[in-house]
Amino acid sequence: MSFLEVIDTYWLYFLVGRYPQGPLGGLALTLLLASLGLLLALPLGLLLGLGRVSPWAWVRLPVTALVYVVRATPLLMVIFWAYFFLPSVTGIKTDQFATMLIALVVFDAAYLAEIVRAGIQGLPRGQIEAARSLGLSYLGAMRLVVLPQALRHMLPSLVNQFVATIKETSLGYIIGLAEVSFIATQINTLVFTLPSQIYLTLGLTYFILCFGLSRLAYWLERRLSQREKPHLPAQALT
Amino acid sequence: MIKFENVNKWYGHYQALVDVCESVDKGEVVVVCGPSGSGKSTLIRTLNRLEPIHGGKIHIEGQDIHAKGLDVNGFRSRIGFVFQQFNLFPHLTALENCTLAPIHLRGLGKAQAREQAMALLERVGLAHKAHAFATELSGGQQQRVAIARALAMEPPLMLFDEPTSALDPEMVGEVLTVMKGLAKDGMTMVVVTHEMGFARDVADRVLFMDVGRVLERATPHDFFNAPEHPRAQQFLSDIRSPFAAA
Repeated sequence: MSFLEVIDTYWLYFLVGRYPQGPLGGLALTLLLASLGLLLALPLGLLLGLGRVSPWAWVRLPVTALVYVVRATPLLMVIFWAYFFLPSVTGIKTDQFATMLIALVVFDAAYLAEIVRAGIQGLPRGQIEAARSLGLSYLGAMRLVVLPQALRHMLPSLVNQFVATIKETSLGYIIGLAEVSFIATQINTLVFTLPSQIYLTLGLTYFILCFGLSRLAYWLERRLSQREKPHLPAQALT
Repeated sequence: MIKFENVNKWYGHYQALVDVCESVDKGEVVVVCGPSGSGKSTLIRTLNRLEPIHGGKIHIEGQDIHAKGLDVNGFRSRIGFVFQQFNLFPHLTALENCTLAPIHLRGLGKAQAREQAMALLERVGLAHKAHAFATELSGGQQQRVAIARALAMEPPLMLFDEPTSALDPEMVGEVLTVMKGLAKDGMTMVVVTHEMGFARDVADRVLFMDVGRVLERATPHDFFNAPEHPRAQQFLSDIRSPFAAA
């Protein structure tokens, strides 16, 4: 079987798994998992990040502990926890997709929290003082003055984390989630003779996704910095 | 309007304010001067609780402002504060800097807040820069927008913490002119500054501080012509002929 025949036979399987006869899988599942992961991890990471810098110790300490524990744990461990430990606590058997999503969201939120914390603490102290001296509350100052600036400065790190998330979805393989790496392995088992070509295709697929996201972020970053500093485009400084 | 009663403050073991007793009347313009590290910035920052105090009381319009349970945000919104480093919000235009607090704290409608902010920018001579960001403005222009931003909450009291110290010399005048205008309109002002010309022309009273104490309080005329305390005499002779001691 030539590689072109492999493509001709399995392209749809690679893209969507056994859908619509069976459950969604393949590249579509990878994209769905990564997007949902990002979408849910971002607000959670924002909350945890705010908790990390909170003036109230009863918020700051537990959040800090959680962030440290998760950050000191490999993602694979978190996935195992979500897979074996969570159902025994909650009594609800979650499917592989939900398990992987929970693990990704918790793991990435902890990393995002540190990015958010650094972004907030990187702002000059005078910004929050100016906001508070106008009479804004702590949370009001965060929402209206600190976060809009901090998020902009965080953009490169956020994108880094998002790119990592896309790649992390491949660990779903370990719990039998039919995402694109799992499907590629299946195809390889069926074809048997073309592992290099199949895994190169898989690698190229991840590359296109991640490279595309990085470029998009770079473009966005330049647009935003143009709004803030019309006479000092970012590239003039580097 | 403002009353300090035996105010004490420490930074660790260092005492930054020592038994400060002072009062400022409504409509009065008080200039606080003194050498670096004398506690004058600390003093003005205690007035809107940017710094806590460790002893004594500060009353503003009869309210004990360091009391527990005070509505800090409500109280701060009635005091304008102007910083040495301007601290304009760089993600907002000059106009948006001035409408932010009125919209979110005074419940003003957008159109109404813009109208008021434009009038204030007009007053500081920057209506034509309403849509500029901080990075497009000179230091003097930024500080004038910062004054307009503080005025947008219509505070009865304005505090200035070395408002011209971070400016290039040629921009000091435009900021002082705006401040003089405010003083003329009867605003109660406490101004920490090294601008002795401003103290002489505009202040009703000058306070001289050193090592956390108010050592001298006098009218500008008396302070500049006949300072009583030896530290004040030294300070004035230093700023008049900075090379004399060398």
